[in-house]
Amino acid sequence: MKALRKILDNIKPHVEKGGKFSKFRSTFDAFETFLFVPDHVTAKGCHIRDSNDMKRTMSVVVLAVVPAMLFGMWNVGYQHFLSIGQEVGLWENFFYGFLKILPIIIVSYVAGLGVEFIFAQIRGHEVNEGFLVSGILIPLIVPPDIPLWMVAVATIFAVIIGKEVFGGTGMNILNPALLTRAFLFFSYPTDMSGDKVWIADKADAFSGATPLGDALIGDMDKLPTVSDMFFGFIPGSVGETSTLAILIGAAILLFTGVGSFRIMISVFAGGWLTGLLMNVLAVNSYMEMDAYYHLLLGGFAFGAVFMATDPVTAAQTKRGKIIYGFLIGVVTILIRVFNPGYPEGMMLAILLLNVFSPLIDHYVVQGNIRRRLKRIKVKA
Amino acid sequence: MSNIIKLKKGLNIKLLGEAEKTVVDINSDFFALKPTDFIGVFPKLMVKEGDEVKAGTVVFYDKYRQDILFSSPVSGTITEIKRGPKRLLEEIRIKANGKSEYESFKVSDPKKLSKEEITELLRKSGIWPCLRQRPYSVIANPGDDPKAIFISAFDTAPHGLDYDFIVHGKGELFQKGLDALKKLTSGKVHLNVNPQETTSRVFHKSKDVQINQFTGPHPAGNVGIQIHHIDPINKGDIVWYLNPQDVLIIGKFFTEGKYDASCMISMSGSEVLKPRYYKTIKGTSVKPILDKNIKDGEHRYISGNVLTGRKIQQEGYIGYYDYQLSVIPEGNYYEFLGWALPGLGKFSVSRSFTSWMCTSKKYSIDTNLHGGERAFVLSGEYEKVLPMDIFPVHLLKAILAEDIDLMENLGIYEVDEEDFALCEFVCTSKINSQGIIRKGLDLMRKEMS
Repeated sequence: MKALRKILDNIKPHVEKGGKFSKFRSTFDAFETFLFVPDHVTAKGCHIRDSNDMKRTMSVVVLAVVPAMLFGMWNVGYQHFLSIGQEVGLWENFFYGFLKILPIIIVSYVAGLGVEFIFAQIRGHEVNEGFLVSGILIPLIVPPDIPLWMVAVATIFAVIIGKEVFGGTGMNILNPALLTRAFLFFSYPTDMSGDKVWIADKADAFSGATPLGDALIGDMDKLPTVSDMFFGFIPGSVGETSTLAILIGAAILLFTGVGSFRIMISVFAGGWLTGLLMNVLAVNSYMEMDAYYHLLLGGFAFGAVFMATDPVTAAQTKRGKIIYGFLIGVVTILIRVFNPGYPEGMMLAILLLNVFSPLIDHYVVQGNIRRRLKRIKVKA
Repeated sequence: MSNIIKLKKGLNIKLLGEAEKTVVDINSDFFALKPTDFIGVFPKLMVKEGDEVKAGTVVFYDKYRQDILFSSPVSGTITEIKRGPKRLLEEIRIKANGKSEYESFKVSDPKKLSKEEITELLRKSGIWPCLRQRPYSVIANPGDDPKAIFISAFDTAPHGLDYDFIVHGKGELFQKGLDALKKLTSGKVHLNVNPQETTSRVFHKSKDVQINQFTGPHPAGNVGIQIHHIDPINKGDIVWYLNPQDVLIIGKFFTEGKYDASCMISMSGSEVLKPRYYKTIKGTSVKPILDKNIKDGEHRYISGNVLTGRKIQQEGYIGYYDYQLSVIPEGNYYEFLGWALPGLGKFSVSRSFTSWMCTSKKYSIDTNLHGGERAFVLSGEYEKVLPMDIFPVHLLKAILAEDIDLMENLGIYEVDEEDFALCEFVCTSKINSQGIIRKGLDLMRKEMS
C-alpha cells in the first residue's frame, strides 16, 4: 500500500492548482479518496467524528442492491431461454444475463460519473458519491434489450438536468435514476413499453407481456402464480422482478439504518390499502385482483425499497416520511388501475411525490412553528 | 421533588481513558486569561506587562459592556500579553508568585444582601463572567432579570466531570452560592440532577432551589436541553446558567470575601497514562499536568471535552469555562480503502461497521475526519441525537440562508453550539453544525441589539 501511496503523492503536486494537469484535479481526488481515506483532521467543532461517511453509506446501498441485480441477471437469461423453448442450467442463464446487463452498468457509470467529474472540476468541489447508487439502479429499472446509446443519453440528461443544475447531490428535487427512466419512457416508448421489450432476444411467437400488462387488459387468468411473482420468475425490468431479492436488500438497508423504515412501510401500506379500496369499489376484474398482488407485481417493491427511500428527494421529517410514502403507494395503484396508457405507476408516483415532498415537510415544520408560537401565547 | 424527565434520544460515546476519582494537587506557575473564551467580548486592557496583580485584580473589561470586568485568578506578575493576527488579544499570561494574595471584599451573608449589592460584588471581583445567558451563550447582563437560573449537576459528555466527586464535602459553600444566585432572579433556581448517578447529598439537600431529574444519554446533561424541557426560552426570555464549580467559587466569595478561583479539573483521554483529577486554579497552564503523564506520539490537546472543547498547544492553558483536559491521538494518516473495510474497531452510530457487535467496547477515537465534507444528504440522523422539539436540519438551513424570521420560528433562541455537538459528530456529510449554530446566534444577537 505504501508504494501506491507513494505514487499518488508523486502525482499530487501536478494536479493541484497551478500544476500541469490541474484539469484533472477532481478526477484525481475522486480516485485518491476512493483508495485512501484522506488524512484530514477535524479543525472546527467536534474533535472526533463518527467513522461513517458518504462513501460508506453509499456502498451499503450498492451492497443492498446486489441481490436484486444478481437475480435480475439470472432471470434475464432464464426468460430468454424460456421464450425460445430451451432449458439450460443456472450458470448458463446467469452468464447470458450477465453479458446483457454488464454493458448497461458500464455505460450508466461511465456516462453519469463522467458528468459528475466534469461538474466537480468546474465547480471546484469533490466528486459526490451519490451517483454510485444511481449508476447501479439505472440498469436495474430498464428492459434488458435497451440500446446502450439510449442509456447514455438518458443518464446524461438526468444527471445534468435532474441534479447538477440544482447544485449536485443533496440539492436535487427528483430522483436521478427515476428521471433517467422517465426520460427513456417518454422519449423512446417503443423500447420501454409494450409486450416485446421485457425478454431479451425473445422468440416472436412467445408472449412477452409483463403480468401488469396482462392485468391492465383484464387477462387475469394469465397472471403467474404468487410464488413465481414473489421469487421473480416473471418478465420485467432487470432488477424489479424478485420481491424476495429486494426484501433482502431492504433488510440490509434497515439493519444498517441507511434506509428509512417509515418510508418503506408506508409505501407498502398505502399500496395495499388502496388495493383493498379497489376491491370494495371493483367494477372490473383488475379491480377485483387481490390487493397484495399489487405489492408483488411490477416495480412496486423495488420502488418502495430503493427509489422512494432516496434521502435527498424524499420527505425529511418523520411525519412527512410517512405521508410521503403512503401517498406513493396510493398514487401508484391509482395510476395502475385507472390509467389505460401505462401499466406501471411506481415511477410516476415517486417522481410526483418527490416534487411534493418539500411541501409535505413544509406543513410538518409549520406544525412545529405553531407549537412554539402557542407557547408564547399561553404564557402571555 | 419533581417528576423524572426521561430523554431517549442522544448518544453516549464510549471512550478509553476515563479519569479515576483521585485528586492530585498540582502547583502551576503559569496561568492565563484568554479573552477569546468570552463570546462577543472586545477586551480593553487595564494592565500592562510587568504589572503586579492579586487574585481578583481587574485585568481587562469589555469595551461594549463596560460593567463586565475580568480579573486575575492568581496573584503574581503579568508576564506576557500575547496578540494574534490583527492584534487580536489572545492571552494574558500571569506568573504566580506563590503568595496567594487576594483583593479583599466585604464578607456578608447573601441572604441579607439585595440583588443590586450581590451583582455589584460579583461584578467588581470579576467573578461575574461565570454567569452566562441563553440565548446566545454570552456573559449575563448585570441589569437583566432572568426568568430562571439553571445549574446542571451532571455531565453526560464523553469523560464528563463527576460533580458529586467535586462538590463532596463542600455543601456549605455550595448552598451559600445558591443563596446568592437565588437573589439574582425573580424566578427559580433550577438544579438538575440525574436520579441514578447523582448521589451527593450536597445536591439533594440543596435548599431554595427546584431540583429536576433527568435521565438519558448525552446531551441530557446539557443545560440547554434541560431548559428546553423545564422552562423553554421564548422570544425575549433570558435564562442564566453556570457550572457547579462556579457556584462553589461564588459561595467561597461570600464566605471569605475573596476571589478564590480554586477548582478541580480532570485529565482524560486514551493518550493519558494516568487519567485523574487535579486540584488547581482556573486558567492553569497544562504543562505541569501533562508532564510525564502522556503516551508517545502525536496528540491533540483539548481544553474541554472532545465534542465541544478547544484545541490548545502542549504549552497551552485551560479555558475559563472549561474544567477538563482531553488528550486524544491526532488522525492525520491515510487509510487504504478505509471506507470499505469491515471496521471492527471503528466507532459508529450506524450499523454499517461491524463494530455494532461489540456494544460494551470502549474506543480510542482519533481526530481523523473519516471522509470528505458533503451537502446534506441523509435525513433523520440529527434528530436521533437531539432530544429537543426542534428540526435541526431545517434550522441549520435557515441559518445558512440567513433567514432571521425562520431562524426565530424554528427555535434558534433555545439552542447552543454544544447541543448540536452530537449532530456534528454523527453527520455523514461531515457538516460543521456547531459553527453554523454559532454563526446563527451571532447573527441574531447583532440583529436584536
